[in-house]
Amino acid sequence: MSALTVSRLRKSFGGLHVTKNVTFDVAPGERRLIIGPNGAGKTTLFNLITGELTPDSGSIALFGQDITRVPSCRRPHLGMARTYQIITLFPHDTILHNVSLALLGLTPMRWNPLINMRRQRHLQEQAHEALRRVGLADIAERPLSQTSYGERRRVEIAMALAQNPRLLLLDEPFAGLSIDERQDVRQLLATIPRDVTIVMIEHNMDVALEFAERITLLHFGEVIVEGTRAEVVADPRTREVYLGH
Amino acid sequence: MSRRDVALLLAAVALVTLPYWMSGIYYINVASQILFFAVFALGLNIIAGYGGLVSLGHAALFGISAYVVGYLLQHGVGHAIAILGALLAGLAAMAVYAALALRATGIGFIMITLALGEILWGLAYRWISVTNGDNGINLHGRPQPFGFDINSASGFYYATLIVFVAAVAAVAVFVRSPLGAALMGTRDQPRRMNALGYHVWAIRFWACMFSGLLTSIAGILFVYYTQFISPQTLALTSSAEVLLMVIAGGAGTLLGPIVGAGLVVVVKSVVSGFIERWNFLLGAIFVAIVILMPEGLVPGTARLWRRAWQGKDGAPP
Repeated sequence: MSALTVSRLRKSFGGLHVTKNVTFDVAPGERRLIIGPNGAGKTTLFNLITGELTPDSGSIALFGQDITRVPSCRRPHLGMARTYQIITLFPHDTILHNVSLALLGLTPMRWNPLINMRRQRHLQEQAHEALRRVGLADIAERPLSQTSYGERRRVEIAMALAQNPRLLLLDEPFAGLSIDERQDVRQLLATIPRDVTIVMIEHNMDVALEFAERITLLHFGEVIVEGTRAEVVADPRTREVYLGH
Repeated sequence: MSRRDVALLLAAVALVTLPYWMSGIYYINVASQILFFAVFALGLNIIAGYGGLVSLGHAALFGISAYVVGYLLQHGVGHAIAILGALLAGLAAMAVYAALALRATGIGFIMITLALGEILWGLAYRWISVTNGDNGINLHGRPQPFGFDINSASGFYYATLIVFVAAVAAVAVFVRSPLGAALMGTRDQPRRMNALGYHVWAIRFWACMFSGLLTSIAGILFVYYTQFISPQTLALTSSAEVLLMVIAGGAGTLLGPIVGAGLVVVVKSVVSGFIERWNFLLGAIFVAIVILMPEGLVPGTARLWRRAWQGKDGAPP
């Protein structure tokens, strides 16, 4: 059974066909890289998988379960987590509160209007644990507004990991990071256990190629090339549309 | 005891003893008005401040509850049933508001609530067989909750104070709760909240219902206070007034709407006795607040206070 099965997915915005008949399969535990030039429809594909956009046709299955019609806010409960290309966090709150919200999202406690959230020991401990995993436990109480861009990237990843996903979707996790910060994130991703399947969009080939086992190349909303890292890099079409040399 | 506890204790003592040191029934009545308008503003602040959903039709919800009390009492129903009916009507109206207005956020939400408020105002004005039109409905007497007489100014003040304290406590508990945190999350990053597994629409809906409950309670206190309800109470100017209370005091803070209610009611009822153009003064105060403390009086004063202390000590306290 595949972790993620996308079949014949289509999405148009008016006359613009952003996703045309995309089909691919990701095996459990796999590290998949999705590449493609700007406007290839990579982020749209992610938004279709997470349900933020509804496909015109086609289907999506998560570990064998058809989720095409499952509302987007139910999908995290089925084990899907994502990060955003443009960092999307809660700017007025502390790092700890950001991660707590991620944890809270999957528990029925999120509907409780009566208890004090800060006094929920278990929640607080889990949040600290999630921050330890990304090396931010020391600054857990710091307001998000006083953190660096690289730290915010790690908070994004910590929030996704805190939800214990089976499928993790990373949208350009290295974008905008310095060389040192890139190394931090690279090492962090390497520590994620194999029971998490990862699909990543990334432009930064140095770090991304090393990470990926299989690569899917999108171009104008279609899968042009798919295969192992070596196959895709060697393919002349990859050079033509993407690597450009 | 922290400085905060001392301030709370002093405020509690001042509020409880108010009828003894405040000279004259008139001023005790002003205090009652401040308290029930504060409950109203606290209700609007739930969605406008913590939820980022600004309503310009809340006075109509406030007015519906007041009208239901008046209508039921006129038809010989007891106070308890009238109050219960008013709460249910207020909540039902809020649910309809939410179902229609939550299709949008931002300006869209404001415009839909504005339109709904105007429809209800129009109904109150024109549906004369039920509302008695422009003449309004008069009440005769107040209830006696648990045998406690609230017909006197100080009696009504204490009844209002109890409701006010309960409302403040409820809001204080709510904003620290997971649902409160989720509501603030949907204000700041609705898309992210959805991706984290929160049902953004449902969170906003329940926040609206809480807001509607407080608004309804305030409306019931209002109608028992004035013993009269007319379409004027539902008008857009009333909705704008309560929104100004929230914004002037500080949206998204617990104390802000209370301070805002105090400011508006004092200017409206006390200062208007001395200055004929009190609207002008209120406007000027708001302009000053927006220029000097755009975040509202409470957060703005806290900011200036901190700066003053930092200036003295040379380091943050």
